[in-house]
Amino acid sequence: MKIVACIKQVPDSAAKVVAEGGKVSWGDAPLVINPWDEFAVEAALQQKEAHGGEVIAISMGNENSKEALKHALAMGCDSAILIADAALKGTDTGGTARVLAAAIKKVGGVDMAFFGRQAIDGDAGITPAQTARVLGWPMLSLASVITVEGSKAKVERSIEEGRQTVSADLPAVFSVVKDFGEPRYPSFMGIRKASRAEIPAWTLADLGIEAPTKVVDWPELMNPPSREVTCEFIEGSSPEEIADKLADKIIGEKVL
Amino acid sequence: MKIWVYIDHFKGEALPASWEALGVGKTLGDVSALVFGSGVDGVAKSAFEYGADEVLLADDAALADFRAEAFASTLSKLASAQSPDLILFPTTTRGRELAGMSAIDLNSGVLVDVIGLEADGDKVVATRPIYAGKLLEKTVCNAKPQLVTLRGRAFPKPEQKAGATGTITKVDAVPEAKTEVQGYSTSEGGVSLTDAGVIVSGGRGTSNNPALTPPGGMDEKQAEIWKAQEGFKLVGELAKVLGGAMGASRAAVDAGYIPYNHQVGQTGKVVSPDLYVACGISGAIQHLAGMRTAKVIVAINKDPDAPIFKVARYGVIGDMHKIVPALTEAFRKKLGK
Repeated sequence: MKIVACIKQVPDSAAKVVAEGGKVSWGDAPLVINPWDEFAVEAALQQKEAHGGEVIAISMGNENSKEALKHALAMGCDSAILIADAALKGTDTGGTARVLAAAIKKVGGVDMAFFGRQAIDGDAGITPAQTARVLGWPMLSLASVITVEGSKAKVERSIEEGRQTVSADLPAVFSVVKDFGEPRYPSFMGIRKASRAEIPAWTLADLGIEAPTKVVDWPELMNPPSREVTCEFIEGSSPEEIADKLADKIIGEKVL
Repeated sequence: MKIWVYIDHFKGEALPASWEALGVGKTLGDVSALVFGSGVDGVAKSAFEYGADEVLLADDAALADFRAEAFASTLSKLASAQSPDLILFPTTTRGRELAGMSAIDLNSGVLVDVIGLEADGDKVVATRPIYAGKLLEKTVCNAKPQLVTLRGRAFPKPEQKAGATGTITKVDAVPEAKTEVQGYSTSEGGVSLTDAGVIVSGGRGTSNNPALTPPGGMDEKQAEIWKAQEGFKLVGELAKVLGGAMGASRAAVDAGYIPYNHQVGQTGKVVSPDLYVACGISGAIQHLAGMRTAKVIVAINKDPDAPIFKVARYGVIGDMHKIVPALTEAFRKKLGK
């Protein structure tokens, strides 16, 4: 089984993110592997453990993104590839999908490609489905349970109305949700291996494609309007008295 | 501007965000609603009642289950032939996937999970939250059709005019499915977090009720979870009396108190209810990112310095295990339930 895990490097979820001079600033918060992608790596590693084969982590980004790839290697991925090219700056989700699809094709013979459900910076959550579309592969999205028998995959997936069981032939693209189960921590041996790993960087020329046309643009960044709220503390001599006052206040807001 | 709105439904039941999207479309011009499925006349009928001028109906047994590949091919073929300027979708699991795939087919782009939309000639400028709402961006799509998914509850739901009708135009399905739906199981009932007008959430504090003695034979972790589940019963009862959904902080989910589908926050669900009651939640930045746009926030916490009070309209410094049941009782009386 040849398995790819597509990951992204993002500012830590605890970062205080602000718009400064039209740019995103996260202060000195660390850059980490996108938390959702850790579930994708975990799912990929479990498939390898069940069926044999190898897991290749792929990330599109700048030289910095090697850190996220090293995290994936430390978790147990066999190799990693960085896709870096100056022409990729500001690529939209559709462009990212075209580049990742080209990389998956160049790797060759891939049976399963795993993604997290979305990246916590752009929050779009459509790159997995777009990559599947470019490849012409089935999309098995939002998977919490994944089983493979022969060349057929079956997933349980979470949708608004509950859980759905869906199957498709491999090769296929998967996106993984948190219900899948906790991702493993990097092992000590894994961290040592990752720190010594050589991570090749592929350019667009290596992939044999032109820079994708940028269709979506984001000309303006803003800080959200600050919430001008002063908290009114409700006090009283007993829980009942406090509850009575608070209930009246809430009813007075006409939100029920 | 030629405007289409995709009506997302599950087994013939349209999601409210579909009608909100239809309402947004109507503020920009005449709207053709896209209704795809099998035996979905009822959805088409409702689309007229919520303001559609025309329904483009693909009714085909092959579209009985939503399968992104077949739905995307159906939509892309139709859009290639008729060249709409704008296609709106609700931001649902299906809406996202369909818009994303169609954008690839049509060499266009998607503006995802939009909370504000203005027209500029036959183009639109969208506002959408990024970094879980820590920032907003203005964004545009420089190709046609412009595909936009609209966040649920971010736009008003139009009034339903019973009996309104219009023209139904039948269109062809392109039934090229790559997946097979083998079954469904519905979730444990209750209101879905993203649609909920009221959310009552519990955090780490649910496990700190000193008055409780866990049953014998439990180790420390089991006892903690047992206590927390008792705490979440109180949260759930308040949610029920208010007709709302039950949420949780990531800390509570990670500690094993409650399943992940209840998690509110940056790596859970981003919600925007009219009322959000946070019980025993300190208010980590990731949690605040997921609920800060709620209209009225109420916080109940023992710690007067908890950051949750900085976003709350009303606060109670006290033990949630005493305040929450008292509040449930107070609402039961006042609301006559």
